Formats: sequence, structure tokens, C-alpha cells
Amino acid sequence: MRKKMSKKPESPRISYFNQTAMTAPYLFWAVAFIIIPLLMILYYGLTDKSGAFTLVNVAAIATAEHAKALWLALGLSLVSTVLCLLLAYPLALILARRQVSQQSFLVLIFILPMWMNFLLRTMAWQTLLEKTGVINAVLSFLHLPALNLINTPGAIILGMVYNFLPFMILPLYNSLTKIDPSVVNAAYDLGANGTQTFCRVIFPLSIPGVISGITMVFVPALTTFVISNLLGGSKILLIGNVIDQEFTQAGNWHLGSGLSIVLMAFILVNMVLTGIFDKNGEGTAL
Amino acid sequence: MIKKSAEKIYTGLIVLFMYAPIVTLMVLSFNNSKTRAKWGGFTFKWYAALFDNQAILQALSNTLSIALLSAAAATLIGTAATLAISGMGRRSRAVFMSVTNIPMLNAEIVTGISLMLLFLSFGIRFGFGTILLSHITFNIPYVILSVMPRTKQLNPSVYEAALDLGASRFQAFFRVVFPDLLPGIVSGFLMAFTMSLDDFIITHFTKGPGVDTLSTKIYTEVKKGIKPEMYALSTLIFLTVLILLLLVNYRPKPQDAAIPGAERTQK
Repeated sequence: MRKKMSKKPESPRISYFNQTAMTAPYLFWAVAFIIIPLLMILYYGLTDKSGAFTLVNVAAIATAEHAKALWLALGLSLVSTVLCLLLAYPLALILARRQVSQQSFLVLIFILPMWMNFLLRTMAWQTLLEKTGVINAVLSFLHLPALNLINTPGAIILGMVYNFLPFMILPLYNSLTKIDPSVVNAAYDLGANGTQTFCRVIFPLSIPGVISGITMVFVPALTTFVISNLLGGSKILLIGNVIDQEFTQAGNWHLGSGLSIVLMAFILVNMVLTGIFDKNGEGTAL
Repeated sequence: MIKKSAEKIYTGLIVLFMYAPIVTLMVLSFNNSKTRAKWGGFTFKWYAALFDNQAILQALSNTLSIALLSAAAATLIGTAATLAISGMGRRSRAVFMSVTNIPMLNAEIVTGISLMLLFLSFGIRFGFGTILLSHITFNIPYVILSVMPRTKQLNPSVYEAALDLGASRFQAFFRVVFPDLLPGIVSGFLMAFTMSLDDFIITHFTKGPGVDTLSTKIYTEVKKGIKPEMYALSTLIFLTVLILLLLVNYRPKPQDAAIPGAERTQK
């Protein structure tokens, strides 16, 4: 299938206006504000205050405090990503199956919440989860014991799932709607039951969407410092919090950059994975 | 039948999950008690107080001007780049698209600190300008990814026909090609505007002292307790957008893709 697509003749190219003049602003912008800044992280991360080359800042990830923050961030973001996938897949299936255009519904669920500031939305979960919060009030009304919800790893996972779920729904929905219905019908005609059709036809065809969604959720979840700050209290430190503190409080840019290089390694693995599954290079992600 | 209602219940639960905090904030904006923990009766006083709170109004004006300017600049640069990229050979196109994907796939914290280091190293004063430059940077990819599918649908013969019939290249572009691109451009602009408006992390690292957007203002207030005026303001913004969206969506004439994100869902 993929081979066939790459053999497809490219659509005729046409250049409007002067190709160089059109490219120049973006080329300048990309070099000045995307590529050079990333090189600066590499420079700061691999040097010490006197400017001499060192690996100390990158190796600092191995210290107990930093390693703990990284493992915790990895663990929480993995759990959140899996939860997002499990929650989003059925919804994407439901939406993709409907005949009517679901455009407005997707806008409703995906775009509209963004107009309410994301810090406020996350903070609102404090109000819901607190000891005296809404959820515990409901529980005590039902004569159930109160739960300790806020400032736990669970609260952080909830915040991650809440904030990043739309990033999973959209790529899944996009890849599911691209599946040719006649392929699914053919599977049924050839005697496959619902489960078989799903496992052997629908799911394999939706894998590019799954990969996109995983990337879109995993990276922001792994690197967040806001959600852990708001819902985890000050005791739970993720790798994002450590880097944020190095830059905004400790002022140690070299150490902060060194730890960021470690983060970038994880992101790079993710980008390569996405690249493999997204052959067109168009980013089905959003 | 059972399956249908199960699907409806499931969709409803997800919507409830997404909107529970939003409803909470709306309720809090009418709460007469100053703390979040207690319901002190219904009041409009935070809405009145909002218009006397200069700090919040200043942050709102910063947020809106940055969103508008950065979305406009990103739309201009991004659209030109998309047209250029779509005319490129396979290899240069792949290079450009990979660079475009970097800000989308990279962590916001990394983008934020990379820009912070850039501004620091070149001695650029932190403030409105640095926030604006950063927002343009992360907005351009959204515009490119919105306009790109439209350029693929273009029929070059139509453009050539316009040229053959005596139109200048400018006329042929703006009267023949541009209208076909417009829905993608509009949705890219709106997407960029929304992203800029909702951004916190990159602004956090690239703002200077004394300049605040709503996000950074909220973040500093979180520790001392958020002023309820902020809930009132968010409720107003949210309701305005909701009403606008409803008006656009339920207009009698079916309209395509003037809504952020709509472009992508069509692919």
C-alpha cells in the first residue's frame, strides 16, 4: 500500500512569483528562531561557566534527585498516554462512524476549551479534587469516605489526561475517517466478525494515527512542569520542574541546558518514530 | 439500540470530563466568597470589579495584541512559505517540512528555553518584543500545515489559463489561486491566534519583568490566590467565543472551514 503511494506521480508543481523571495522570510525565520536556538541549548549544555567543553551537565541526570524526577516523569507520562489512547480510541471510532459531519463537534471538544486559559482549567481541578472540594462534597453527601485526591501522582495523571486528550482524539479520528469503508465491508463479506475486522483491518490501518497521537500526548506530558506544579503540590518534582527551576530560580543555564539535552533525546526518538509512520512528511498530527 | 445509547453515554462522559473544570470556573465567577473552597452566594460583583482592575485589563490587552500580531505575521510568512514549499523538489520539500515540524514535535519547555538563551546571548531586552517573536515562531507551523492541503488541491491549469487569457501574474494569483487557498489561510490564522492566546510555557521563558499576558499573570497569582475577577474575565471570553462559534456553525448557508481546526478534520 505504502509502496504504491510513493510511486504515485507527484502533483504538477508550479511556482507563483519568485521562489527565492517567497522562501527567504521563512528560511531566515527558521534558521534564526528554530535552528540557532536549539544549537544554543547544545552549546550551553556541553560547556561550563568558563566556556570549556564538559559532559558534567548532561551526566547530572544520573544524580539521585534528577534521575528520580526523570523516572517519575516517564512513568506518569506513559500511564497518561496509555489512558488517553484507551479513552480516545472508542470516541474516535464513534465519531468516525457517524454519517453527519462531526466538524463542529470536534471543534467544540478540541478548540473551544483552549479559549479558557489552560492554567485556569487545570487549577479548576484543584477546586474539584481538594479535601473540601466538589468531589469530596458529593462523596460525603452519599455517606462515602472522603478521598485524598489532590497532591498525589494520580492528580497529575488526571491533569495530563485532561489537558492532552484532544491531541489523541484528533489524529485517531483523522486516520479512522481515511479508511476506505469498502475495505471494512469486504472484511465482513469475507466472513470476518466484528472483533476480527477491528483487530485485523481497522486497527492496523489506524496505526499512523495511533503513533501521531502517542507523540502528541507523550512529549508534552513528559516535559510538563505546570501540571505537576498545580496538581502535585510542591513535593512532587518532575524533570520539567527541575529544568524550569534551573532557569527561573537557580539561574544555572548550563545545568538546565544539559538536562534539556537529555529530554531532547527522548523527543528525538519520538520524532524518528513519527517520521517512520508518517511517510508523507505532512504531519497528520494536528 | 443499546449500542447507540452506550455510544451516546460514552461521548457524553468525555464531554463532561472536558467541560467540568470550565463549568467550575464559570460558577466560581459568580461566587460571593473570596475563597474557592466556599460558596458565598450569587454575585455579579467580580464582573464589575474586573473593569476597574488595570493590571488584568493590561494583561488582556497584551494577550490580545500578541495573539493578533503574531497570528498575522505567521499567516503572512507561513502562506508565502507554503506556496514556495509546494513548488519545491521532493528533497528540499522534505527538509523544509522537517524543520517546520520541529516546533510542533519539540517540547514547549525546550522551545521556550532555547529562545530564552537566544535572546540572552544576543542581548535582546526581554519584553513585549521577545514574546511576539517567540509566538510568531511557534505559530508559523500551524499556518503551513493548514494551507498545505489546499495547495495540493490547486489545479495548475486554471492558473495557466488565467495567464493565457491575459491576466498578469499578480492578477492570476490573487483572483484565481488565492480564493482557493483562503479557507486554509483563515483556518491557519484562527488556529495560530488560539494557540498564541492559550500559550503559557513559551511566554513564561521569553517574557520580561513588568510585561504580563493573562497566562503569566495567572501563574504568578496561583501562589497568592487567584483574583476572582480572572474567573469573570475567562467566563466572558469563553462565552463570547462560544456564541461566535454557534453563529458561524448554524448559519443557514453551509460554510466550509472558516473554523480553526476544521481544515484538518477534513483531510
